Amino acid sequence: MPNEDMLQINGLAKRFGGLMVTQDVSFTVRRGGRKALIGPNGAGKTTLFNLMSGVYPLDLGTISLDGARIDHLPSRKRIAAGLSRSFQNIRLMPHLSVIENVMLGQHSQIVGPLALFNPIGLMRGNQARKAAEDRLKRAGLDVDPDGPVSGLPYGTRKRIEVVRALMSNPKLLMLDEPAAGLNPKETSELSSFLKEEAESGLTLLVVEHDMSFVHDLCDETLVLNFGRLIYDGPTGEVQNDPAVREAYLGTRRVSNAGGDRAA
Amino acid sequence: MSGYASGIVAILCINLIFAYGVYVTAAAGQLNLGGAGYQAIGAYAAAVLSTQGWTPGWGTIPAAMIISALVGFLIAFPVLRTRGVYMVLATFAFAQVVSGVLLRTSLFGGAIGMVVPDYLPLSVLILAAVLTTLFVFFLMASRFGLAIRAIHDDEAVATIMGVDVRGMQVTVFTIGGALAGLSGALYAHYFSFVEAQYFNPNLSIFVLLFVLIGGTQTAWGPLAGSLFFTLIPEALRIGGSWRFVVFGVTIVLMMAIRPEGMITRTLIARISSLFHRRPSSSALSLPNARPDLPDARMGDQHAK
Repeated sequence: MPNEDMLQINGLAKRFGGLMVTQDVSFTVRRGGRKALIGPNGAGKTTLFNLMSGVYPLDLGTISLDGARIDHLPSRKRIAAGLSRSFQNIRLMPHLSVIENVMLGQHSQIVGPLALFNPIGLMRGNQARKAAEDRLKRAGLDVDPDGPVSGLPYGTRKRIEVVRALMSNPKLLMLDEPAAGLNPKETSELSSFLKEEAESGLTLLVVEHDMSFVHDLCDETLVLNFGRLIYDGPTGEVQNDPAVREAYLGTRRVSNAGGDRAA
Repeated sequence: MSGYASGIVAILCINLIFAYGVYVTAAAGQLNLGGAGYQAIGAYAAAVLSTQGWTPGWGTIPAAMIISALVGFLIAFPVLRTRGVYMVLATFAFAQVVSGVLLRTSLFGGAIGMVVPDYLPLSVLILAAVLTTLFVFFLMASRFGLAIRAIHDDEAVATIMGVDVRGMQVTVFTIGGALAGLSGALYAHYFSFVEAQYFNPNLSIFVLLFVLIGGTQTAWGPLAGSLFFTLIPEALRIGGSWRFVVFGVTIVLMMAIRPEGMITRTLIARISSLFHRRPSSSALSLPNARPDLPDARMGDQHAK
């Protein structure tokens, strides 16, 4: 029987010098689930992504994807295991064209050293290239595939990065603020595109500040504060949770000096 | 062809293959200022094997390539522990070590150099240059080429995309060693004489300039760079010793006007859009005049 949970995170901890950046983080994302990860600035959301994609080694804890431990894998092997991600600040390759950036996303899918010499850039009819062009179109991106990425609008580049991350056919896609800098139209297009992908089996974990995007896309939400999880439940109830309200708005406390101070 | 002209064509072929040897590492973001060292190893390997009566005569060429590739492979490990300007210094030091060993070993004739018995005609050099050019163009159009260009742009993201960054870097140093070695072996057989003084730091600097001024973005760069650097000094001979001044000023101007090299991807896109009339060529309509330059560092603050 297949495991119900696509992603299982257990007791994750990371220390940078004397600073505990994540502490005892445990959660699961079910197969085909769409979960948001929110939290105030500096809560450790991107650090959590970096730990999961292997940018930093873990101090404690385990990460399992589809029932198999991946925390011992080097960063470059995690994408082949099914974990793909985008970045908070766009990190497309500036010297590669749009289509080349997208084709880079296929790298983990190639089999054997001979595939390395597939001349993907020689013929326009190349299969790998076609697959990349199709994916761009399905994402609603009408751009010159051979044009440079650096001149494109921010929202377009942001979505190209999502397409690049999808090219590895991941089981779990982690998106770091995919809607930041997108206009409302682009945001809703991205949301429906991601919903389609999730319906065909993709599991999503999304860091996002735009709560309407989160409400639209994600049925469940995690809230991280000072490296600890303070909420794991339905998105609809997150705003009523007292611990979450405290993390975002602070507590009202009368200080000795008199005035109100937000913690 | 006059002796003068065929001499220039021979040097051009050798320089071109040599430049491609340095280019494959530069395309992956590694600057190699030890080109002369690899070329010297190829030249001396061919010279030694040739004097030992290696048959057939041309068999020294693959042998020299294998030896210099092996050195390229082994040197890659210590060199890849360094980055940026330190890598440039490490490769430079490697070439100095090679030169020192050649000057001090009697097998290699010391400062007197070596006579190479087997002669290879110009046609072989031209054939080798053409094949090397085709090989590098193919390599850069393959997934391998895409991966090394990705490493050039952002090693951290390339790793997350599944690219074996270290493996690729070692591979380009190995291929680079083989090509530089090939150029050295052809030099030895064509000029029938090798001496350690020829493979000096100037040569390493020049071949790196071929690549950097030609442009590292495409395989056209080294071609343009080698042509420019081999032919312009010859054309300037009329001006006597002023040619070095003119040549130096030209280099400075090239770097000022086209810091990414003479041939960039944008330039190629522009030229190809003249031939294929595509309805929308964003390469032409870019508001940003310098799409070939990287954006301001886009990394998130944690991922380095």
